[in-house]
Formats: sequence, structure tokens, C-alpha cells
Amino acid sequence: MDLQIALLLGQDGITNGAIYALLSLALVLVFAVTRVIFIPQGEFVAFGALTLASFQVGKTPGTLWLLIGAGLLVALIDMTIALRSGTARKIPRIVGWNLVYPAAAAAAVFLLKPSEFPLLAQIVLSLALVVPLGPMLYRLAFQPLAEASVLVLLIVSVAVHLALVGLGLLFFGAEGSRTPAFSNASFDWGVVTITGQTLWVVGASLLLIVVLAVFFERTIYGKALRATAMNRTGARLMGISTLMAGKLSFLLAALIGAFSGVLIAPITTVYYDTGFLIGLKGFVGAIVGGLASYPIAAAGALLVGLLESFSSFWASAFKEVIVFTLIIPVLVWRSLTTHHVEEDE
Amino acid sequence: MKLTKLAVAVAAACATFAAYADITVGVTLSATGPAASLGIPEKNTIALLPTSIGGQKMNYIVLDDASDTTTAVKNVRKMISENKVDVIVGSTITPNSLAMIDVVAEAETPMISMAASARIVDPANPKTKWVFKTPQNDQQMAIAIAAHMAGKGVKTVAFIGFNDAYGEGWYQEFIKYADTYKLKLVANERYSRADTSVTGQVLKIMSTKPDAVLIAGSGTPAALPQVTLKERGYTGKYYQTHGIANNDFLRVGGKNVEGTFLPAGPILVAAQLPDSNPIKKTSLTYIAKYEAAHGKGSISTFGGHAWDAGLLLQNAVPAALKKAQPGSKEFRAALRDALEATKNLVGVHGVFNMSPNDHLGFDQRARVMVRIEKGAWKLDQ
Amino acid sequence: MSPRLLLAGFIGLLLIAPLAVSEFHVTLLNYIGLYALVALGLVLLTGVGGLTSFGQAAFVGLGAYTTAYLSTAESLPGWLAPLGGSPWIGLVVGLVVTALVAFVLGLLTLRLSGHYLPLGTIAWGISLYFLFGNLEFLGGHTGMSGIPVLSLFGLELRDGRKFYYVIWAVVLGAVWLTQNLLDSREGRAIRALKGGVVMAEAMGVDTARSKVVIFLIAALFACISGWLYAHLQRFVNPTPFGLGIGIEYLFMAVVGGAAHVWGALIGAGVITILKQWLQDWLPALLGASGNFEVIVFGVMMIFVLQRARDGIWPILTRFMPQREAKRRVPDGEALPKKQLPESGQALLEVRNVVKRFGGLVANNNMSLTVRAGEVMALIGPNGAGKSTMFNCVSGVDSASEGEVLFRGTAVTGLNSRQIAKLGMSRTFQHVRLLPTMTVLENVAIGGHLRGSKGVLPALLHLDRAEEARLLAEAARQVERVGLKDSMFEPAGSLALGQQRTMEIARALCADPCLLLLDEPAAGLRYLEKQSLAELLRKLRGEGMGILLVEHDMDFVMGLADRVVVMEFGEKIAEGLPDEVQRNPAVLEAYLGGVD
Repeated sequence: MDLQIALLLGQDGITNGAIYALLSLALVLVFAVTRVIFIPQGEFVAFGALTLASFQVGKTPGTLWLLIGAGLLVALIDMTIALRSGTARKIPRIVGWNLVYPAAAAAAVFLLKPSEFPLLAQIVLSLALVVPLGPMLYRLAFQPLAEASVLVLLIVSVAVHLALVGLGLLFFGAEGSRTPAFSNASFDWGVVTITGQTLWVVGASLLLIVVLAVFFERTIYGKALRATAMNRTGARLMGISTLMAGKLSFLLAALIGAFSGVLIAPITTVYYDTGFLIGLKGFVGAIVGGLASYPIAAAGALLVGLLESFSSFWASAFKEVIVFTLIIPVLVWRSLTTHHVEEDE
Repeated sequence: MKLTKLAVAVAAACATFAAYADITVGVTLSATGPAASLGIPEKNTIALLPTSIGGQKMNYIVLDDASDTTTAVKNVRKMISENKVDVIVGSTITPNSLAMIDVVAEAETPMISMAASARIVDPANPKTKWVFKTPQNDQQMAIAIAAHMAGKGVKTVAFIGFNDAYGEGWYQEFIKYADTYKLKLVANERYSRADTSVTGQVLKIMSTKPDAVLIAGSGTPAALPQVTLKERGYTGKYYQTHGIANNDFLRVGGKNVEGTFLPAGPILVAAQLPDSNPIKKTSLTYIAKYEAAHGKGSISTFGGHAWDAGLLLQNAVPAALKKAQPGSKEFRAALRDALEATKNLVGVHGVFNMSPNDHLGFDQRARVMVRIEKGAWKLDQ
Repeated sequence: MSPRLLLAGFIGLLLIAPLAVSEFHVTLLNYIGLYALVALGLVLLTGVGGLTSFGQAAFVGLGAYTTAYLSTAESLPGWLAPLGGSPWIGLVVGLVVTALVAFVLGLLTLRLSGHYLPLGTIAWGISLYFLFGNLEFLGGHTGMSGIPVLSLFGLELRDGRKFYYVIWAVVLGAVWLTQNLLDSREGRAIRALKGGVVMAEAMGVDTARSKVVIFLIAALFACISGWLYAHLQRFVNPTPFGLGIGIEYLFMAVVGGAAHVWGALIGAGVITILKQWLQDWLPALLGASGNFEVIVFGVMMIFVLQRARDGIWPILTRFMPQREAKRRVPDGEALPKKQLPESGQALLEVRNVVKRFGGLVANNNMSLTVRAGEVMALIGPNGAGKSTMFNCVSGVDSASEGEVLFRGTAVTGLNSRQIAKLGMSRTFQHVRLLPTMTVLENVAIGGHLRGSKGVLPALLHLDRAEEARLLAEAARQVERVGLKDSMFEPAGSLALGQQRTMEIARALCADPCLLLLDEPAAGLRYLEKQSLAELLRKLRGEGMGILLVEHDMDFVMGLADRVVVMEFGEKIAEGLPDEVQRNPAVLEAYLGGVD
């Protein structure tokens, strides 16, 4: 292994690591705010990428039907609750988000020709279809269990993951897709060539991280999320709705997931079930960060990316074994450093 | 619990009405799971098989084993005990087929596998006595590749395959014949179907500067290493296996897979075969039927294995009918004997000449070398 | 029809089933049995112990691969050669290997809080799958065939119907063992895990050990299932041991009813049959082929967890005849009692204890003494640091500075289990009990340290004599605190005040010489308070030392011998109740100053 190979592997590791880092941030966020270990994160990656790919070949992506279906269900449940509790004034809002919005999206897909859109518009439309699924999912699957234990939420999370993978297969079929690169440019840097797409991935990931940081530091919603993450009861007493916080964190997680999918679709073939392993690797990063620290989680995710890249060079058959066994020393380290006082559940 | 038991018992009672006069073919294939791109065309083909042979009505029972061994075995047990099948067709992949052998041998039911490994029928023993297969052995394909490489002056080869039974099987076969053709294997890498990056493996391969790279994967995931190699500027020869012979591969691979060589059953390039080749006619007939049902360009070579299984049955059933009634142990034994006696049967993948020691019976005619040119399969003369 | 009859009927049905149904249904029943065995382990782990694992399939794989390797490999490496050839040796070796792996994994992950274990199991589920697939001596991804047929007493179990009896005998055996375990001292310790580790540890339960025990048992059940699978299928490859199946096992346990032994069987049955059915119908319905049953399973899981979190079994039992609850008060020989120290002897001495949390000083330079045969009350406004003091004394937390002596031994730095062993027992400000267990069983947890029979005797019901003595002791304490009438009610059905009283009985069951009571009178009615005071006086008379935190001044002042008053983490007064009540500093603390 010479310097050039090491640099190339490093570049590959950082590209993948950047995606894992994004996902690990979303996982930490969702866990901190809702205590949900968000296994279906990876499905948003696949849905984002495959929805974009469907637009490019002129097909109607199945995620549209999912959006409409989930919207209908949410509207039905929320309106029943609103009518029963005599808060009918909420209905326009419910109808707006869950019925009108999906209908508008459907109109955009059917009336305009997304396959002729410029790439950027296709991406925006894909995100517009996939991202709202996040809060809807929260409303349907997790909110009724908001007070349940982490364990129950985790099992629900796995169940949601399975259901979404099955739906992914139904929508997009078993074969994979690739999308064209954002840029075909490549830059020579000493002995290494860096492709434009790599720069896009790393750059966009960094940008997103900065935007998120600003969001959390400066905006009222960001602060509300942080407050909820620190102390749920306290935040509720201060008038922050946990439902809002949950939906918002899922919205962000879905955005991060779908956006990651759009970023990687030009680098690799994405399948309906690709997301799971990507998500899990983001997880290993998040676990390194103890599901609490954003910077450590991101660093852990980068480490996973690099480890994966180098182990696929040295012992490709055992790559997954190596990457997922990384979790064991991490757990040992955590178990040695964590002060063990059982929290009240 | 009691209720469940009761339900099972009732279901069982209902299920024991099987039509004894018809010939029942039990099919288990991997229409879902990792091998779905192979299993789906096979499933589609079963639907096109004749509904009667030798004047007897044919019943096809098709079950999906989801590329999972346990399910495959469960399916076979179900079809043998409940549907009293006369013959089993399947499964799509090697581990499933291997796991089914014990079951069919015990039930003394012939089985026609649509999976590649030679281990399914070799060596001949009291168990494999009941097992036949239609796809070319990986071995045949491996020899074809090795010979082709040698012909093109290739000296060093790098191997990259799926981290599963497919990649492993190919590696085993290929190293066996590499020596014969004076090929030096310089790298042996694995990757997973779900991997998003194979940069590490590709760099390793490129650092060994091979004359050719052999990629052993099936369906669209086999494109990833090749695309990455292209991006990294690898200029040697690319070889793929017949696992990629479907059009989705061309779609995903695009211009990155131009010039790739692969061995395949003659059906892949049937129209380009010389008219003297008997396989051309059977292949074109099958393709016409398939595309009539599923649309132009929908053909895949894997469906051909199912079609060949159908041809084997059409050839053997009349002989077996002369000896015994369908649904009986004797009929199954007679069918087995008739299958073993198959001679000069022209299929879409080759010409079958079976014997007690050869339950596949293909020769050189069963494979051609194909090149990808302008996004299409081209017979490599 | 009694439940016993129902069970007999079920076993009878199981016995005749293979004679009545087709070969395929026997196969299906065989698989249900194999899955139920794994799900049973998960019931113990998830439903009872509150832990969970998505990686059980990997343990099944360990069992299957060990026996496959040992019984088929033609030339084992020299050191393994004596183990080759026999499925039975394969079973034993498989159990040992699984136990070792589970033990190491358990040590690594069980110390961490709840969600690390399942995440860890996902990771090792994936690793082990690829490891099986890439080890050449295990046949790689293609798998290993030619695994020998199992023979039992010379009878070859070649056919599914014969194997059926072996599988179901094992399943029923495992059910029996699990039920035995749950109905024992160790079983109560395991069930106590769900009531919070702090309570269990305070009762002397080694919770880390209990967690490892159930993790090991679950892994071993999975291993046996794998062993049976290997010899039934006579072929192994990695696919049946992947993460997806591991998740399915968990679904079986949860759908069936994760807290109930029979739930495992129901769950395995329902999921297996439903899967079979869905695989037949869904592709036709949706017009495409795919593993669409996962959509149904996923949605069903969500629904079950939202609407019927306890699974199917509790719903079924509503339609079944209820077992006449065992209402007989257990009788057994009295357990040996500790010699109580002489009245007036110092039991607990807290000397200059400082407790800091980061920069916050919760206790500063606290000192107090409790003697045998006296009631010492610790009072102070909310946030004065009383609970911190309690935690430092009982070993939940350790003091930053200073020392705590209990019966002359320094206990600073000891954990609550070790302190409990020395004869200190406590109750909790926020009641910690197992709501579904009876009052008697809850109280019996307190007697944990007075028994010694371990897991193995419990599994085999060799602990009955000791168990009777423990329960008899628990019954005596229940009577002593006046809850005799509710002895067989679920603890969760008691009023809050009664639950507090029950906690005192639980603490007494440990045979302590010092009782720490955290607000025992809160929520009690006047008469109940009187009888509680009566009980405490009686205990004091017997020579027990009592440290009491309480807000009810009438209660405290009428009962306590001495009072310590805390404010802002410091002691502001100490003395006889009358003195303290007149102390200006105390009045200021409570009333915000006297003008």
C-alpha cells in the first residue's frame, strides 16, 4: 500500500463517512428528543435516491402513494380526535398538511413532467415527497407510544423499518438504480484525483451540518428541540409541545436521510434495501458518541467510513465483520467509563 | 394454542384432496430475496409451460422460497406430502437445491434444479440419483472464461465476487482451471450486494496490475465493481459471469460496461447464432413466447433454465406414462429413469445427453462467449 | 375445565397431531417448535427481564454450526478429533461454545443501560452471519450438507414425524424449566429487574448476575433449537441465522405475549402460519412478487405494541378458565434470624459526609448516629438533601468525603447489595414494586439474601423446601404489617399507602437490624398511620434501629426518639423532638422566619 492508495482509500472513507456522519447526527437528534432509536433512517436514504431515480426515468415513484396514504391515515385519526375533543379549529391545519399537500404533490408529479425538470428541481420534488413522511410516520407509529420505554420504541422502530423495506420493494422493485452525477468535474491533487461528486458529498454534508448547528443555536424551534432533548418534562412545562418536537425531529431526520440518498445515488447503485446497512453504519457512529454527543457521533461515523474503506482493501470478505465488531470495543470502553446509576424509567 | 392446532388439523384435512389423475409438478423458486432477478423470469416461464403432456393434464404448483434454504425445504416437504407431486422443479440457487436433495431422495421424487453448482448432481450417489439440473455447471462457464482469457493473451487475473455462495462458488471453480490455462490469480476480493462502495477492493486489484478482472456477481449489483474500476482508470479486460445476463444490468452499467466479456447460454444471443445450430430454433421459439407474454426485451436467460426443465419433462413424461400412473411411487421412479435416459434433446441453453453419471448432460454447445457492445449482447466469434 | 385439564388437553393434542395431519403440517409444527424454543428464551429476556436481543438467530447458528462441523468434518484438527462424529457431543460442545460467547457478550453489553444491548445484538447478528459465510471450514456461504440423522435409543429420527416428538418434548421441557425458574427465589430476582435495579440491589439481588443468567438461558435455548434444526434439516448455511430471522424471533415473543411463557408458543405459531399464508396470498394480491409479508408483520407489530402491548396470550386467557389462585398461606419452618444488636448500641454512624454532584454540594459535613432500639427522624424542607443522605447511607451512591460506619464497619464505597447483607434494609420514596406480582411474592423478594438455592436447583424444582420457608417468612411479614387480606392480590392493585406498607414488609423480610424508611406515612389515612406508628414502636421495642425521613410532623414528633434537621445540605439542628421544635433555626427553615 503506497501513499496514493492510502489517500484514495482515505478519500473514499471520508465520502462514505460524511454520509454516515449525517445519518448519525439525525439518529442522535431523534434519540435525544423522542428516545426513539430510529432504525428506519436508512429507508429514507433509499426512498430519497429511488424517488429521484424514478423521476429521471419518467416513472411515478411509489413514495407518492405512500405520502397520500399516510396523509389520509393521519388526517383520519387527527380529525376524529379533533372532533371528539371539540377542537374543530385544528381541522383546516390537519387537512392542509395531510390532504392538500399530498394532493398538490400528486398534481405536480402528474401534470408537470418531472422527467424534463433540471436536476435541482427533481431533487427538490423528491425531497418534497419523501421528507413529509417523517413527521407522518412519527404521528402514526411513535406518538401513541411516546411514553413507552426505550425498548418498546426500539421494537416499533424495527417494525417500521421492516414495513418500509417491504413497501420499498413494492414501489421500486428488486433492481437498483443510479442517478447521474451532479458534476463530472475532477480535480488533480498531487497523486490523487478527486471527483466532483466526492466534493459535492463532503461539501453538502458539511453545509448541512453547519445549517443544523445554526438552526439549533439560533432559531426558536432549534432551541425548543434542544430543550426537549435535555429535559422533556421541563420543556413541556415551558410550553414546548413534545408532539411538535417529535414531529420536527422526524422531519429533520427524514430530510437528512433523503438528502443523503440524493447525494450517494450518483456514486453507487441504490436498492430498496440499501438504506439499512448505511443506516446501521451511521448507528455505529452514533453509538460511539453514546447517542448523546453530536461531534463525537460525527467523528465516530467518519471513523466507520475509514475503517470500512481500509478493511475492504485489506480483507474484503471480512469487511462487515470488522465494521460491526468495532461496536464491541466501543461498548467495552463505554461500559468502563459510564458511571452506572440506573435511571428511573 | 389449542385453536391453532385445531386450525392446522382442519386445514390439513381440507388439503388432502389432490387430483391423482393429473401430473403434478411442484416448483419452488427464489422469486424474492437476493436471487429474485433469477427467480422471477423462471416463475414467468413456468406459466408458459404446456398444460398437458402425453394427453395428461399438468398441474404446476409454484411456491416462492425467498432465496432462503429453510423455506425451500419447507416448500418441498409441503408439495411432496400435500400435493403428492410427481416431480420437483427448483430451486433457483445452489444452497437451496443442496438442502432439498435429502428430502426428495427420501421421498423418491425426481428433482430438476435450476441452480448452477455441479455439487448438486455430482458425485452420483443414491441421493443425487434423484436429482437433475438444467443450467450449465459453473465449471463449464469457468473453463470458457479461462480459455477465452488465454486466447486473448491474458496472464494475470484479479477476481472480485459477491460475499455469498455465488461469489464463493465461482472462485472455487475458476482457480481450478486458471492453472490449466496458465493464468495467475493476483487478487481475490469480495463485496456485498448492498455495498455502496468497492473502492478499497478496486484499489487492491489495481495495485496488482492484472491483465483482466473477473467479476462474479449477479444482476445489477455486478455493475458496481466495473463502474468503479472504470472510474479509477483501469484499462485491462473485463470479464463477468452469466449471472449478469439480464437487461437491467445494461441499464445500470450504461457505457461503463461496454466491451465486457461473459460466457452465457446460447439463448442470450439466439438471433445471432448460425442457422445450423439447432439451439437457435428452440431458443427463438421460447423467446417469442416469453416476449409475447411479458413484452419485448423482457427475456432473460434464467427463464430458459425453467423452459429447459419443461422440455426435459415433455420428453420424459410420455415414456414414464407407459410404465405407471401419475401420483404413484412407480411413476416417479419411471420418470426418473426416463429423465436419465434423455438423449439429444435440444434445449434453449444446450443439448441434453444424460447418463447415470451425468445428470446435466451438456457439452460445448451449451455456452458461448458474449461481448457487450453498444448496450447489447453480441456473440463473440 | 381447569387449566391443568387444558394443559393436559394441549399435550394430548400435541401427541396425536402428527398422526392426524399431513407431512407438511408436521414440518410446520416442527418449525413452530424450533422457533418457540428461541422465542421462549426471549420471553425470559424481554418480557420478564426487560432486556432484549435481535441477535438470537446468531446463537441458533452457533448451535447448528457446531454440531454440523463436529459431526460431518472428515478430518478434524487433532485436538478436536475425540469430539467428532456424534450429534450428542455436538450438542454439548455447542452449548459450551454458546455459553462462552453469550457470557462474554453479556459482560460487555449488560452493564450498559437498556438500549445498548439490542443495538449490540444487531451488530453481532450481522457480524456472525458474515463470519459463518466466510469461514471455509464451515462450508462458506454454500453451506454444509450430510449432517447425520439423530438417533435416540437406536431409533433413527429420519422422518419428520419422529423428530416432531423430540422437538416438542424439548419445547415442553423448556417451558417447564422456565416456569420453575420464574417461580423461585432466583426467578423473583429476575422479575425484580423490571422494577428497577436500585430496588433489586437494595434487596440484595445481584442484578448484573441475574441479567447474565437470563441472557445465558436465552442463548442456550436458541443453541438447542439450532442443534435440532441442523439435524432436522441435515443442511446448514448462513441464511437462516441472519439478522432478519433474529428480528422475527423477537416479533414472535412480542406478538404472543412477551411476559408469558405460553406466549412464546402462541407467537411462534401465529407468525409461522401467518407467514406461510401471506407468502401464498400477498404476491397474488399485489400483483408482484416480493417478501411483502414483512409489511404486514411490521404494521401488525406496531398495532400490537400500540393497542395490546402484552400480546395475544393475555387476551386468550380471558376466555380461559382461571386457575384458582393459590390462596393457601404457605407454611414452612421459620428461617434463622440474625441476632439483633443490644439496644442503645450505635448501628449507623455518619461522620462528616460530603456529597458533591459536579459543583453542587448536596450534603455538607453531615453527621448523625442511629442506635439500636431507637427511631431517628431526618427532617427538612424539600431539596434539603435528605434523599441524597439516604442514598449515601444505603450504598446507592457513595459519599465524596467522610465516612459511614454500619455496625462498626466502614461501608463507604460498598454497594447497596453488600450493605443489605450487613443487615440494613430500606423502602423508597417513590414506591418500587412489581405491579403484576402478588403482594406475597413482592415481599418475598426482600428475603432474597436469606435463601441460597441458585438457578440450577430452581430450574429443576429442587429448591422447594427453601422456597416454602421463604414464602412462609414473607407471609409472616405481610401479616405483621397488616396486609394479610391482600396477600394474594397483585401489588399494583393496592392503594398507594398500602403499597408503602408493603415495602416495609419487604424490607422486614430481609431480617434487618436497621430500617431506612423514606416517607412511609405519605398517602396513609389516619388510622393506617396509627397502626404504622404502632408497628414501628413494636419494632423499636424488639431492638431494631429505624432511620425515618418524613414530612408529617405529627407522625414524626409522636414517634421519633431523636430528630436531625437538614437544610441546604447541612445539619441545622439535632436533638429530642421537643427541643427541635423550639429551635429558631428550624422554625426559620420551615416557616421562613419568626417575627
